Amino acid sequence: MKNPQLHKARANWTFFMAFVRKEFHHIFRDRTSILILLVMPILMLVLFGYALNTEVKNSKIAVYDPSRDVVTRAMVEKLQINNYFMLKKVLNNASEAEKAFQSGEVSMVIVFSENFYENLLHGGYAQIQLLADGSDPNTASIITTYATTILSSYQMELMKTGKIPYLITPEIKLLYNPSMVAAYNFVPGVMGMILLLICAMMTSVSITREKERGTMEVLLVSPMKPLYVILSKAVPYFFLSLVNLATILIISYFIMHVPIAGSLFWLLVISLVYIFVCLSLGLLISTVVETQMAAMIISAMGLMMPVMLMSGMMFPIENMPVYVRWISEIIPARWYIEAIRKLMIKGLGFSAIIQELSVLVGMGIVLIAISLRKFKIRLE
Amino acid sequence: MSKRDPILMPDNTVILAKDLTKMYGDFTAVDHISFEIKKGEIFGFLGANGAGKTTAMRMLCGLSKSTSGQAWVAGYDINRQSEYIKRRIGYMSQKFALYEDLEVWENIRMYAGIYGVPDREIAPRTDELLHRLGFESEKKTLVKSLPLGWKQKLSFSVAIFHNPSIVFLDEPTGGVDPATRRQFWELIYQAADRGITVFVTTHYMDEAEYCDRVSIMVDGRIDALDSPGNLKKAFNAKNMDEVFHQLARGARRKA
Amino acid sequence: MIQMPAVKADSIFKKYKKVQALNGVSLEVGEGEIFGIIGPDGAGKSTLFRILTTLILADEGKATVNGFDVVKEYRSIRECVGYMPGRFSLYQDLTVEENLTFFATVFRTTIEENYELIKDIYVQIEPFKTRRAGALSGGMKQKLALCCALIHKPTVLFLDEPTTGVDPVSRKEFWGMLKRLKKQGIAILVSTPYMDEASLCDRIALIQNGQFLKTDTPQNIVREFGTVLWSVRSNQMSKLLIDLRNYEAVDTCFAFGDTHHITFKNVPPLEQDLNEYLQSLGHKSLFIKPIEANVEDCFMRLSGKTLQS
Repeated sequence: MKNPQLHKARANWTFFMAFVRKEFHHIFRDRTSILILLVMPILMLVLFGYALNTEVKNSKIAVYDPSRDVVTRAMVEKLQINNYFMLKKVLNNASEAEKAFQSGEVSMVIVFSENFYENLLHGGYAQIQLLADGSDPNTASIITTYATTILSSYQMELMKTGKIPYLITPEIKLLYNPSMVAAYNFVPGVMGMILLLICAMMTSVSITREKERGTMEVLLVSPMKPLYVILSKAVPYFFLSLVNLATILIISYFIMHVPIAGSLFWLLVISLVYIFVCLSLGLLISTVVETQMAAMIISAMGLMMPVMLMSGMMFPIENMPVYVRWISEIIPARWYIEAIRKLMIKGLGFSAIIQELSVLVGMGIVLIAISLRKFKIRLE
Repeated sequence: MSKRDPILMPDNTVILAKDLTKMYGDFTAVDHISFEIKKGEIFGFLGANGAGKTTAMRMLCGLSKSTSGQAWVAGYDINRQSEYIKRRIGYMSQKFALYEDLEVWENIRMYAGIYGVPDREIAPRTDELLHRLGFESEKKTLVKSLPLGWKQKLSFSVAIFHNPSIVFLDEPTGGVDPATRRQFWELIYQAADRGITVFVTTHYMDEAEYCDRVSIMVDGRIDALDSPGNLKKAFNAKNMDEVFHQLARGARRKA
Repeated sequence: MIQMPAVKADSIFKKYKKVQALNGVSLEVGEGEIFGIIGPDGAGKSTLFRILTTLILADEGKATVNGFDVVKEYRSIRECVGYMPGRFSLYQDLTVEENLTFFATVFRTTIEENYELIKDIYVQIEPFKTRRAGALSGGMKQKLALCCALIHKPTVLFLDEPTTGVDPVSRKEFWGMLKRLKKQGIAILVSTPYMDEASLCDRIALIQNGQFLKTDTPQNIVREFGTVLWSVRSNQMSKLLIDLRNYEAVDTCFAFGDTHHITFKNVPPLEQDLNEYLQSLGHKSLFIKPIEANVEDCFMRLSGKTLQS
């Protein structure tokens, strides 16, 4: 008999390899696992590499320049030729600035004081003000930094050639979120995510659980209209969503000091619409999958991930390539989060959220219609 | 005596249990059962659901430790040498434990590898097994496409591929048609003829008749243990079904 | 007046992917009749039940329950049938009482309204009424599931493998309960893989590979076995099986518990010859005698025939 140690080691090795081989088989013969293991990493690389980045380009800006002198004009020119900024509007007076923000036309307004160059030369009052939309603190801080850098480096050049005596550091003022509280940014995002999670994922899981257990069969063979069975599943999650909505608002307002500057009424209205959309999504998912696992995976991959990445929560939408922006347009959460920002932080009213509201209502109707059509009164 | 040596068992006994007991908290799942099983015997382990059959079987397979009492399987102590037991036995579960997304021959090779069959023997013995079962044409078929009866036969053959001394079968014939059931028992007979001891649980009372001896578990105890012929005489019954009913009627563990 | 059969199916065909699950199945069940569908797993029993309870659509063929068409008038059917699918389909995390109340409500009735019907069964599980369904034994779950299916006083009861995985004692009790229900005029369609339960039905259909091998009362099926069945025993059963199979005149030979059942080929059987042949091979305590076939013998004979054809 050969060396027994060697023999035992060999046996263990055979045993081990048998298992390894089997595991490879399982992976390659299951479409879902191939999707996750091979396709997803590539997708994520492409997304993060190209589509999503925190650089902000082509931000729309407006300028209010009462001086209109050589230096101010040159500064505006410098900002423009840069591909970070796009001059959208020239304002005629200071009050137009507020309006420009509210309408969402611009992300930043540059304001020069009167008689800028003259005052600068003779030691008078000369100031540059950068007004940015603080409801999106990430973007605001990025673009104000860009602007400051551009303006400062231009001024340095002028100083070298003696054209100006000293630098003016722009004063940065954030509208709506003066202290740049990060919570302002993520609270709307979190609201969108949580409602989506509760309504879409949990509803679809609950319905498919019934199918998996076999009790759905018994319920179908009863006078109960199948639709009522489904609706009865949606109702508890609807109420739970309302509870969660209230909780988030209370905590954000009282503890994190996120303002509810705008109309609370419209906040609730649009939240209800959004909840309805999410419930319809949950219903739709449950009509296409058979198992709870599948419902959860689709909810996580197909809903949560796009929401996190493409709804504007983490990465600015303006910056995404066109095709990614289109995708973000069909994500309900994107519209909801935008509307919440406007209502809560910018303090705007109904008129500002008309677009978002109609989009969400439209989505809700379409989703419910599709789900009802796909809904089966039978098992297959 | 080192840990890995088996004890010497009296004349041809392959399984020996003495007051084997398993308790879960206050609940006695297996209540001091004792028996001896000889090599090549077909031993039927009967009892209602919840009587303790599965728990007892798991202990004998080395899958769970006893609370008290002792048992030796193939000479190894079930509590202290369970790893060695696992190499000497085969096990066929109710669900057949075959990988549905692997082909027939892949399943055989995998289990052969697990049971430590030497590499160079696997291929020829696989072919021989497929030939014996008449499965040659299905060598590369995915198991999930096989009819139930074939899965059952394959599962059994895989369980004895490595020539274990004992094979444990947990309700192996559930739901298949009568002809297939009988063919399966013929496979069991062939295995017993080769000297493999067969320990089988079943719900079908007529299958109890195919066994050399049977034991009937009620409420965790073994209330009867003998050959089917002797049991029928003792209980004045026409068939094993009647024997079972007489014993089971007194069972308390109904809920 | 012609009695409307409680359940009627006409040439049902159903295909799942590549498998023909049902291959032209027809049956009729009358009021107060216990009709058994007997066959192994995969024979098509569940598929047939799902079609009759309006859960899936047949590819071809028609079926009615209480006169209502399963396709067009499914809503009416769903109001008056009781359905117990395999695995009992109870809510594991609800108690016995909660399950029963729920199903009563689903059928727009209350437990009290039809209590008489389920009383005999319910009293057996009543002591456990606050226990979660998931914690019950197989036999108890079965009784609860039956109560839930009866709670609305259905006229037709569909029971898909209600005794599978349940201990033999509970199985017997269950059939006793069905016999009592039958007296109430409820038509009961029950499927089972256990051949010995066939004799407890009024009429049965033997099913294999999506086809009915034969439909009739168990007594008639047995009577029409087609040939004489013999029981053979010796002191070496395992060897006997092989020796019998090698005997030229023997047609089929199957193990049946403590005896072997054989049939002879067309030649009129001479048990003397068989006796001598076996004795010469060393068998002792020989016992050869004609017996009455049971349903399992018939099933094997019929399914063997269809394999050949």
